[in-house]
Amino acid sequence: MCTTCGCSTGQTRINGKTIQSLHLEKPIQFRPLKHSNTSDHTPSLPIKNNCASETLAFGTDVATAHAPGMSQARMIKIERDILERNNQYANENRRFLSERNILALNLLSSPGSGKTTLLVNTIQILRNKLPITVIEGDQQTDHDAARIRETGISATQINTGKGCHLDAFMVQQAMQQISPQQNSVLFIENVGNLVCPSNFDLGEAYKVVILSVTEGEDKPLKYPDMFHAADLMLLNKCDLLPYLSFDVDLAIEYAHRIHPGLPVIQISAMQGNGMQVWIDWIEANRLALPSTVQYQT
Amino acid sequence: MHELSLAENLLQIIEEIATEHQLTKVKTVWLEIGKLACVEQGSLRFYFDVITQDSIARQAKLEIIEIAGQAVCAQCNRNSLITSYYEACSHCGSYNTLKVTQGREMKIKELEAE
Repeated sequence: MCTTCGCSTGQTRINGKTIQSLHLEKPIQFRPLKHSNTSDHTPSLPIKNNCASETLAFGTDVATAHAPGMSQARMIKIERDILERNNQYANENRRFLSERNILALNLLSSPGSGKTTLLVNTIQILRNKLPITVIEGDQQTDHDAARIRETGISATQINTGKGCHLDAFMVQQAMQQISPQQNSVLFIENVGNLVCPSNFDLGEAYKVVILSVTEGEDKPLKYPDMFHAADLMLLNKCDLLPYLSFDVDLAIEYAHRIHPGLPVIQISAMQGNGMQVWIDWIEANRLALPSTVQYQT
Repeated sequence: MHELSLAENLLQIIEEIATEHQLTKVKTVWLEIGKLACVEQGSLRFYFDVITQDSIARQAKLEIIEIAGQAVCAQCNRNSLITSYYEACSHCGSYNTLKVTQGREMKIKELEAE
């Protein structure tokens, strides 16, 4: 039976090698097309009545796949995630990190939200308590990694070239270069972009999205994928609120519409307000890592 | 523009399948894309055409099966069909209570090939 439209001649579905070889021995003969004015291929029975149980309802627009000259074609069922490869690397990264009891945070935001300033000031507070490593992602330049290195912390810069996001393979390569210490915190500053990075698991423990009050309150509604994927939202540049018409409650409400219960911390990375809450969140989550051995740092 | 990466990943899977099944030409590729997945279909089609130009999937047709978004409401415990993350529950009208259960898929389902 044809798996595209359910017409009844031939065994076209190939699920594995055995069937493939069967097929090669005996090429499929489709039911001859009607000699009409059109090249339409009308299934002899309605699709749902004629398809095997594992067959998808393909919709209405695929019948034309059976054009003349396609009689050698066969169907191969796959069922694989498009990002399967990325997810495999992400799982390897996760294993690497968990073996070393490292808390990895993926920092995400639009360009200019203050990610690097946040990171530099977070490092200043945390550096005496925990070992820290940083992976920076930008399309071009190593300016951000240089800013981090000025604090004395080791940082690797990934330049994605034309790429709009970091992926798990890039992070794996970077981790091999930088070899983060046991029991440390690894910050991964993603490319400034509120769209693409949301799809790519890097193997991090948490995704932290940063929204600054100089942007619109409705960013969560405009970029729902990112806010839906995030585990924590930092509302940055809150020291500027007196000079802006930004409505904090509305921004948080919008974020909660996209992601009910998303924790939000209001901070000013520049002035230090709220930073302790953020630091506490990091420390608490690092201690909460499901590790077999917990070292004192 | 992460659709470029998606297209590259897609071709990689197709090439693996082609080797495994000794295919010489891929004619149609069926994808399953959830309505809530962060994928712009037009963009994906464009990059797919570009990326497959010198490959076994040259001129292959990309068929996209859309999977509806579905969520369960924490308030009334019933399922709603949704097209975006910020919708209210279609039964009790609550906001901030929907948990997405379907619609984020990005899968390659099937190939028609020789």
